Amino acid sequence: MPNRPMPVFPEPDTQAFWEAAKRHELTYQQCNSCRGVVFTPRAHCTACGSLDLATKVSRGEGEVYTYSVVRQNRNPSFADLGAYAVAYIDLDEGFRMLSNVVGVNDPTKDVHCGQRVRVEWETQESGDYPIPVFRPI
Amino acid sequence: MASQSRTAAIVGMYEWPKRLDRDVSAMQIKAASIAKALEDAGLKWSDVDGLYDANDGEGGGGLGLAPYLGLRPTVIDTTAVGGSAYEFQTAHALADIASGKCNVAVLSYGSKAASQRIPIGTGGASAASNWQSNMENPYGHTLVSSYAMVASRHMHQYGSTPEQLAEIAVTTRYHAMRNPQAVQAMNDLQFQGVSEVSIEDVLESRMIADPLHLLECCMVSDGGGALVIASADVARNTRKKPVWIIGSGQATKYRENKGDITTSAAAQSAPIAFGEAQVRPDEIDIAMIYDSFTITVAVMLEDLGFCKKGEFGDFVAGGRLRFDRPGALALNTDGGGLSSNHPGMRGLFLLLEATRQLRGESTAQVPGARLAVAHGNGGYLGHTHCGGTIILAAD
Ligand SMILES: [Zn+2]
Repeated sequence: MPNRPMPVFPEPDTQAFWEAAKRHELTYQQCNSCRGVVFTPRAHCTACGSLDLATKVSRGEGEVYTYSVVRQNRNPSFADLGAYAVAYIDLDEGFRMLSNVVGVNDPTKDVHCGQRVRVEWETQESGDYPIPVFRPI
Repeated sequence: MASQSRTAAIVGMYEWPKRLDRDVSAMQIKAASIAKALEDAGLKWSDVDGLYDANDGEGGGGLGLAPYLGLRPTVIDTTAVGGSAYEFQTAHALADIASGKCNVAVLSYGSKAASQRIPIGTGGASAASNWQSNMENPYGHTLVSSYAMVASRHMHQYGSTPEQLAEIAVTTRYHAMRNPQAVQAMNDLQFQGVSEVSIEDVLESRMIADPLHLLECCMVSDGGGALVIASADVARNTRKKPVWIIGSGQATKYRENKGDITTSAAAQSAPIAFGEAQVRPDEIDIAMIYDSFTITVAVMLEDLGFCKKGEFGDFVAGGRLRFDRPGALALNTDGGGLSSNHPGMRGLFLLLEATRQLRGESTAQVPGARLAVAHGNGGYLGHTHCGGTIILAAD
């Protein structure tokens, strides 16, 4: 079972995102003033400065904007994983999220820009939070 | 060209010669480099009245460096924007000198990244949390993969190729082999094969984070140096011919929803710098561009306006940017971060080699070089970075 580094709290901007993750909800924010989409989570709108943000639940589908396959990471949580794909995912609701693309035979060949993907929740060996990762649809 | 600014000039410089140096501290590298750079300029320790620092070394910064050196500057600037700090500080020194706040400004750098075995590019555990780390640490993103993501998207968007990226590493190594300090660095840091390399050599080297290979990644070295910038009045009496600071620009770029990762901060900083300098990219003789990775140079050649977006491949092809090929600018003539030194924040060395070229002192000298660009980059290209552009001119 994966044993990724967990988010560390208290951290006021990101706490709600990870509490929602426990319910397998991928959340983002939208500004009630200018309708701008805010991600990663913050307490203010990055487009207009408004402090009035609504939290929304994403459908969890999008496409790979770009990616890389990491062959070398000295962090013990990743050192033994073998090659794995990190990617920016453009969710259909208009936010871009760092994650991993999983569930492919060979990440060096089977991941590409523009690929459609869907979120799934990866349970961890230790720690309270399942981690949202993406699998090709 | 008569309208170009002649307000402040680089008048002294020194680069720490060793890239693996267990017996000195970073602070010693900084102090000794400042002393040597002042000697190069023919100026005295007590002439320094402006101190600029990136908060590097052991206990440096605005609070720590002046007492260590024993100076009482009237301008204290601690601009810390990673590897672009020195281009930002040069712009600030120009403004401070222009407004009469100081006359002799000193920038310095010292790092022990190699002898302390700091894993700059390939991760390491981090315990502290903030608004970014909590959204990133679970995924095993490294510094190298951040740059590699830019390369993947660039290839997807413009059809650029691994061979085109590799050409940048080939050109840089060609220059490094003419620089004795770079050759010593590669030997001391135990490079496999200290020699010129081919595109095939680059593409056959180990993949670190797709699509970036080992020979497309900068080294991790010790090192440092110093730069002395002085007012026009002071520059009239210094030992070496002045290298004038004629334009500067600063910008930041970061990961955004719907943003274009293939465009860097240079797209914003360069037009400001070129406008101020009243020169065009096609007039530039020397381009010193922060080569943390091949993709960094590729993106910045485009964003600095040397070629169109997506077309760096044709611009660099066939060794076109070597110092001994007339008709195009020369790129990273000291050997760059890829093959000469990269102690973590390379921005200072861009200014040092640009100065050497405009003085006629480079080991890969372009005859009659008159205009140079130094573009520093700090942070992670595909994530959050600052870019600083400086344009320099010889008389
Ligand atoms: Zn708003």
